Amino acid sequence: METFLSVSGKLAQGFGTTLSLFFLTLLFAIPLGLLFACISRVRLKALRFLMRAFIYIIRGTPLLLQLMIVVYLPGIVFNNPLTKWPVFKGNVPLSYFCGALFAFVINYACYFAEIFRGGIENIPKGQYEACEVLGMSHSQTFFRVILLQVIRNIVAPMSNEVVTLVKDTALARTVSVVEIYFAASEILRLQFIIWPLFYTGAFYLGFSALLTLLFGMIEKRLSRYWR
Amino acid sequence: MAFLEVKNLTKSFGDTRVLKGIDFDLNSGEVLSIIGSSGSGKTTLLRCLNFLETADGGSISVDGKAVFDAGDPLLSSHKAIRHNRINFGLVFQSFNLFPQYSVLRNLTLAAALKASEENPDYKKRKKEINAELDERALRLLDRIGLKEKKDSFPCELSGGQQQRVAIARALMLTPRILCFDEPTSALDPELTKEVLRVIKDLRTEGNTMIVVTHEMDFARDASDKVIFMANGIIEESGTPDKIFGSPESPLLTSFLNQ
Repeated sequence: METFLSVSGKLAQGFGTTLSLFFLTLLFAIPLGLLFACISRVRLKALRFLMRAFIYIIRGTPLLLQLMIVVYLPGIVFNNPLTKWPVFKGNVPLSYFCGALFAFVINYACYFAEIFRGGIENIPKGQYEACEVLGMSHSQTFFRVILLQVIRNIVAPMSNEVVTLVKDTALARTVSVVEIYFAASEILRLQFIIWPLFYTGAFYLGFSALLTLLFGMIEKRLSRYWR
Repeated sequence: MAFLEVKNLTKSFGDTRVLKGIDFDLNSGEVLSIIGSSGSGKTTLLRCLNFLETADGGSISVDGKAVFDAGDPLLSSHKAIRHNRINFGLVFQSFNLFPQYSVLRNLTLAAALKASEENPDYKKRKKEINAELDERALRLLDRIGLKEKKDSFPCELSGGQQQRVAIARALMLTPRILCFDEPTSALDPELTKEVLRVIKDLRTEGNTMIVVTHEMDFARDASDKVIFMANGIIEESGTPDKIFGSPESPLLTSFLNQ
């Protein structure tokens, strides 16, 4: 029982880091994704091409690889390792956490951008035209008519991505971020008990269940109206 | 001078000349039906009248005032177009109601937004103005026989009901000329009837209307004037009696015999 409590405490602490990574990634990746989506729709062909190429590269390579590049490249190429960067929380250096966060944000922004782009492009042209002949301005059209339909279009794919993000955070352990999985493997290494590793599953599952419920509610709320 | 005057309207998409100089006019309170096969340019003409497309050449005037002139940059500014387009209303083939709003809100949304922009004391009188709009919308819904559906959402209505709501929505802004782009093409015959009945009612109330249609019976019985378009020009025009009774153009004859 005592071991269980102490293990739970350590895992909960790791899960705190998992959650910070999760929420901070969403916080930055959603607006950045919106920006990427807009850029990949601009008239200027070169810019659009660059944006789409970037999104293609990020989506076409493993997040694991991107993590390695972000965290180790500054040290290898510029002789300026991330560990030297002055990011601290109290005495704990946060540089690897920030590096991992950066990689997660870029990666997820690219996925979100594609979801947003699809959500916007799926709005029937007739909706814009109806607004136009009714004399609405561009901003009225977007905020009063289009936006809610876009949100409705993206709820399901977003819920997918967000649940995937919960589990992807486990990758951060590869760059020394002590999230819940790392915490469990430390217990295995130091105390030779393996069940905490499996126990992490309960945390992931519980959190995913919460998210699924939340998205289900949003979806239900929106589908009360149409289709 | 006629109420609506269209002069030498031209429009190309790339190398394809869709409208090759369209001239016609229409008096107030008249109904004009535009017929013709697909690709003849009739929908493009309607879209030019509603500023969904910008014509390359020609002019349009309503009640003696120019609302479009290809040679006049003042009239092609975004602001001028937004101001002038309210002369025309448009009912689409695919209804295009706003799915997230109730029937009533579909009717009042644009009018409320317009009031919020143009009425200086909208903020103060918001409740009052919205109540007026609701009342007007309900009167319109009553006229098309859908008052009891005011709180329904578009997806809960049949195609015919949706199209009738779309007509009411266009009428909310009191356009001087109401245009219909194949309003019954997406409907089965039964629903077509109810929509055409509404359009006929609007005619008896003296509305000026332009209807692009494949319903020959409607064009014959319910319009004052018919235009037959082919290959981007007006091949023949006249009263329904003339167009359907004694067509001159061989193209029109073969179109009617299809």
